Amino acid sequence: MIQFASRLVERLRLGRRTVVGIPTVWLWVFFAIPFLILLRLSVTDMGEQLNPFAPLLTHTEGGGWKLNLKLSHFVSLFVDASGHWGDTLYIEAYLLSLKYAFWTTFFCLVLGYPFAYFMARASATARPILLMMVMLPFWTSFLLRVYAWKGILADQGVVNNALMAMGLIQEPIQMLYTDISMLVGMTYVYLPFMVLPLYANLVKLDIRLLEAAHDLGASPWKAFWLVTVPLSRSGIVAGSMLVFIPCLGEFVIPSLLGGAENIMIGRVVWDEMFSSNNWPRASALAVMMILCVVIPLAWYNAKVARQAEEERT
Amino acid sequence: MTTPVPEKTGFLRIENLFKRFDSVLAVDDVSLDIGKGEIFALLGSSGCGKSTLLRMLAGFETPSSGQIFLGEQDISKMAPYERPINMMFQSYALFPHLTVWENIAFGLRRMGMQNDAMADRVEAMLELVQLQNFASRKPHQLSGGQQQRVALARSLARKPQLLLLDEPLGALDKKLREKTQFELVNIIESIGVTCVMVTHDQEEAMTMASRIAVMSHGRILQLGSPTEIYEAPNCRFVADFIGNINLFDGHLRHADASRSEIETPQGYFTLGHGSSQPHGMAMSLAVRPEKIRIDKLPPEAGSAGSANVVQGVVSEIAYMGSYSTYVVKLSDDSVIKVTQTNRSRNHEGDIVWGDRVYCFWDTQAGVLLTA
Repeated sequence: MIQFASRLVERLRLGRRTVVGIPTVWLWVFFAIPFLILLRLSVTDMGEQLNPFAPLLTHTEGGGWKLNLKLSHFVSLFVDASGHWGDTLYIEAYLLSLKYAFWTTFFCLVLGYPFAYFMARASATARPILLMMVMLPFWTSFLLRVYAWKGILADQGVVNNALMAMGLIQEPIQMLYTDISMLVGMTYVYLPFMVLPLYANLVKLDIRLLEAAHDLGASPWKAFWLVTVPLSRSGIVAGSMLVFIPCLGEFVIPSLLGGAENIMIGRVVWDEMFSSNNWPRASALAVMMILCVVIPLAWYNAKVARQAEEERT
Repeated sequence: MTTPVPEKTGFLRIENLFKRFDSVLAVDDVSLDIGKGEIFALLGSSGCGKSTLLRMLAGFETPSSGQIFLGEQDISKMAPYERPINMMFQSYALFPHLTVWENIAFGLRRMGMQNDAMADRVEAMLELVQLQNFASRKPHQLSGGQQQRVALARSLARKPQLLLLDEPLGALDKKLREKTQFELVNIIESIGVTCVMVTHDQEEAMTMASRIAVMSHGRILQLGSPTEIYEAPNCRFVADFIGNINLFDGHLRHADASRSEIETPQGYFTLGHGSSQPHGMAMSLAVRPEKIRIDKLPPEAGSAGSANVVQGVVSEIAYMGSYSTYVVKLSDDSVIKVTQTNRSRNHEGDIVWGDRVYCFWDTQAGVLLTA
């Protein structure tokens, strides 16, 4: 009986199918299907009942079929009520999200690269400790950590008090609810996502390549730019994506540390969904955002794959 | 392939160089004097300090004490990127993200060379190593032999005053290695660059270098031409490290200006050269396997080859094609190795396993070593 079962398992290649199957099912259930639902919602004509699930196909009295597709939700993202292009609240929020995501990625890279570099060069005994320190913040609740920044950056917070005590400033500097607090918070939260892929990449770098560069007349600084940086490109790209993409839709940090002006796209989607009850428009916004991320990503992947293909031949 | 030792020395001078890593003395009081245009080999097993010495020449390690002069200049404290020295790395260390052309141009760009001059130089280097058609390839698209040539071209592109080779042929398979040895020497000699190489392969050192320094535990044990090192080793370590050798341990029984005699458990042997050591001193007689003749019949008494004879039983035969190695067990259970060229294709009268044989050598065949 057991023999039969094991043969059956082998026959159906159950082991391999399970290993590949679980993530596939996972992705379908938690990404593809919700995305399709969003897509379907984004083109719903809600009608007078304001029903976000109004049927897309309806019977007409004449016995035919009528397709109720409404693309105006997408259009309204770009065109305001008076017919002006490109001047809507949504575009503003998109651009602002791009801006914050870009600067967060930039600061994470500037702070994370040297850290990852020296971590990779540290002695074998120090590395696990440093790695542990990178991971340590994950042991505390994300919310708590973001909240803590309020206490640090507030007008009566740690930073302002310290600066005033030292006599460097007379009045507290407004940091909370500004770009400063937004970027500080986001950079802080996303830094480990930059450091870890960079570290994984840099730790593999062959030291002899740097020696070869020195041998050929490159100063340490030149060798860094001409050898280390180009060879860690895949780590830079991976880290930047891991920071940029979630930053773009970040919701919690702007709500806790951002002010009234720091409206990112996540917040706008929330408002459309729960304040305006305009589910189709919220869905259209979300779909646009996903496309904004997926299309450049797909383009980049295709480019890398093409390059690899060219080099192989 | 051995070239005569150049007359002019003093181009690269290493004076009382030490390198200490924590408690380990990696390089222990090394002094060397290398001539312009010479190919010099540092030979030793791994951990003998030869690589550390090479890395100090390149500038990757700073000496704990001592000095290195190149020409008239003291370079011991200079940064690697300021030295007029280039190195061909073990397993090459080619930049994987750059093409062959860019790899060779890397060092030239750092010199601030004009684009036209640089292109000419890179083309010339590609021609030198015959890789003109591979200029736009990446290193991983090349075979091991081609990568080795790129590495050579890259290290020669800046016209270094001193070329360092770190196990230059270590990453190649045997057949390719033999071919490349000669190519490499030809290229280096055609350019006339002074060259210091590090290797653990005695054959490589002997075919390529004009002089060899045998190193062990951070010290230079013997310095000399390949012939000197092979035929006249100055200690047991060198004798044993270079090629195969039979050692007979015993005591000096007689020594005058032209003759010495040594008594060993295997017999009483005479040598045609004198020894300044005192009578009764513990010494070893070292005889290379190919200097010993082997026969089933005893040698004619009084013939030149019969000065030293031992008897034994053949316990192993390794047939190598061009020659055979016989392992002969002597009466006191010690073994010696004898090699003999296989001159005849007819193997009828050959010595076979278990044969009782005579091994003999003349008075010039061996050297005396202090034990």
